[in-house]
Amino acid sequence: MASVLVLEQVLNGLQLGLMLFLLAAGLTLVFGVMDMINLAHGSLYMVGAFVAAWIAGKTGSFVLGVAGSVVLTGLFGVALEAGLLRTLYARDHLSQVLATFALILILNDAVRFTFGTDLPLSAPAALEGPVELLPGLSYPAYRLVIIGVGLALALLLWLLVQKTRLGALVRAGASNRTMATAMGVDIGRLFTLVFGIGAALCAVAGAFLGPLLAVQVGMGENILILAFVVIVIGGIGSIRGALVGAILVGCVDTLGRTALQHAFRAVFPPQWASAAGPAVASILVYLFMAVVLAFRPRGLFPARG
Amino acid sequence: MRRARVLALALAALLAAALPWLLRAAGLDFYLSLANRMVVAAIAATSLNLALGYGGLVSFGHAAFVGLGAYATGILVAEGVTSGWAHFGATLAVTGVAALAIGAISLRTRGVYFIMITLAFAQMLFYLANSIKGYGGDEGLNLRARSLLALGPWTLNLKDPVVCYEVALVVLAATLFGLARFVPSRFGRAMLAIRDDDVRAEALGFPTYRLKLALFVAAAVLGGVAGSLGVNQQGYVSPNVLNWTQSGTFMVMVILGGVATVWGGVVGAVALLGLEEVLGAWTEYWAFWTGWVLLAVVLFARGGLVGLLARRMR
Repeated sequence: MASVLVLEQVLNGLQLGLMLFLLAAGLTLVFGVMDMINLAHGSLYMVGAFVAAWIAGKTGSFVLGVAGSVVLTGLFGVALEAGLLRTLYARDHLSQVLATFALILILNDAVRFTFGTDLPLSAPAALEGPVELLPGLSYPAYRLVIIGVGLALALLLWLLVQKTRLGALVRAGASNRTMATAMGVDIGRLFTLVFGIGAALCAVAGAFLGPLLAVQVGMGENILILAFVVIVIGGIGSIRGALVGAILVGCVDTLGRTALQHAFRAVFPPQWASAAGPAVASILVYLFMAVVLAFRPRGLFPARG
Repeated sequence: MRRARVLALALAALLAAALPWLLRAAGLDFYLSLANRMVVAAIAATSLNLALGYGGLVSFGHAAFVGLGAYATGILVAEGVTSGWAHFGATLAVTGVAALAIGAISLRTRGVYFIMITLAFAQMLFYLANSIKGYGGDEGLNLRARSLLALGPWTLNLKDPVVCYEVALVVLAATLFGLARFVPSRFGRAMLAIRDDDVRAEALGFPTYRLKLALFVAAAVLGGVAGSLGVNQQGYVSPNVLNWTQSGTFMVMVILGGVATVWGGVVGAVALLGLEEVLGAWTEYWAFWTGWVLLAVVLFARGGLVGLLARRMR
């Protein structure tokens, strides 16, 4: 029985971790290659979720919602990079923080103005039921689909980064931007494209997490910090680090939550345990990051050569 | 020139001190709470500017210390302790110890990693505040009483908005005076050297780690005092004072006003809160327009508003 529970939590951790990876992949490249702190990355996740919910609401099709949102949010990312963020690459971190914080304010209100403070988005009806994986372990089908999509995209990204010319250029940029430029790589154009892909991945995460969490204004703020934790643990600029970091963070969070709940229930009165458990579990992720940084100050897989 | 400056400063201080009565005479009492929030935010932003501007310590967790000061005061009041000096002492002790521990660990990292690790510690405290069910948990803590500050034969009750404002103003004035004295001092010069090149400063024999830690703790404690005053002003404290967006807001105030300028924190706090108030009276979507103003400042006013003003005057 206990092993079934643990397995279920591992699947939950994997599911959260893979979605975090989709957010962290774009963030780590922007941070690693362009040395740019983009606080507005969470806003792209929010925009993606809202666009998906809006299209799904109009057409009644979740799949169309996801597809439309990926395309539109990707294009929005390209426009944002070319129109504004590009001018910030050469500025110091503080200017980037101020500018992208301003972008959060602007995008939050723009979304509220366009779509309202929240939109309903539910998983496709066909995926609502549970699936029996093992005798005694039934798991929601929708969450399994999320895991599948996350794994597929992670594989696709890995192929893109490791096996294609585009990926080689990105890796060269992450390792040493000046040298890559000197070798004739047009880092500027490359990065508009990379940013667009990052935004599209945000849309996937927003659309798939939408039915589980909630599609509402401000949804990007808290998950943004988790994505930053992921890329710091993984090593800034490293896609592989982002994947490992994301799955670690996802598992630490979900497993820690259940383990701590049990431990607290054994020690404290129930009303204290139910209140303190989730809050203390939220701390675990940050504690984990502090420990990783103490031993590996540049993360698990530093990208800079 | 020097005399004119002193005169202008004295006049500004007099005006600021007389503001509650000026507002009352004009029938604008309502704006006293805004003025009060501005003064408290100015103290918090100035304290962050001390670490961020003069020490190069880009802390993304300053709200943690402001929030600790707020909670130290709020919890004491909830427990029936009303002595303002006890609140003050508790705020200094709690924020000082916390900053010493957080700083000692965080200062071993640098650059982006320092930003992230200070953020991580602040988030831990945020979730901790959410979990203390006995003091409101995630709903926050409403206070029935405020700090009673005994000064010789008099007792100042910070429940009176005018008293609260004047006390905060005195703290702000002392902060600015202290900052202006700090910059040309030995400690201040050493910090600038460390900020600009800490390897060279270390080679010159400065105990860089200890100096950075001292500055970090000083900034945190001052932030805690701002938090304590803020609780007295609001009569309410919730975990949101520790949220990362709050740290971001203080950072925005400093950058907006002017990094490493004595008046930067004040100008940034007054400008941001004033902008919110003006736009908020005009449209529900004030954050949208505030965002555009901030973007314009980044793109067109390098060095913040203080830098912009200084260039104009030259």
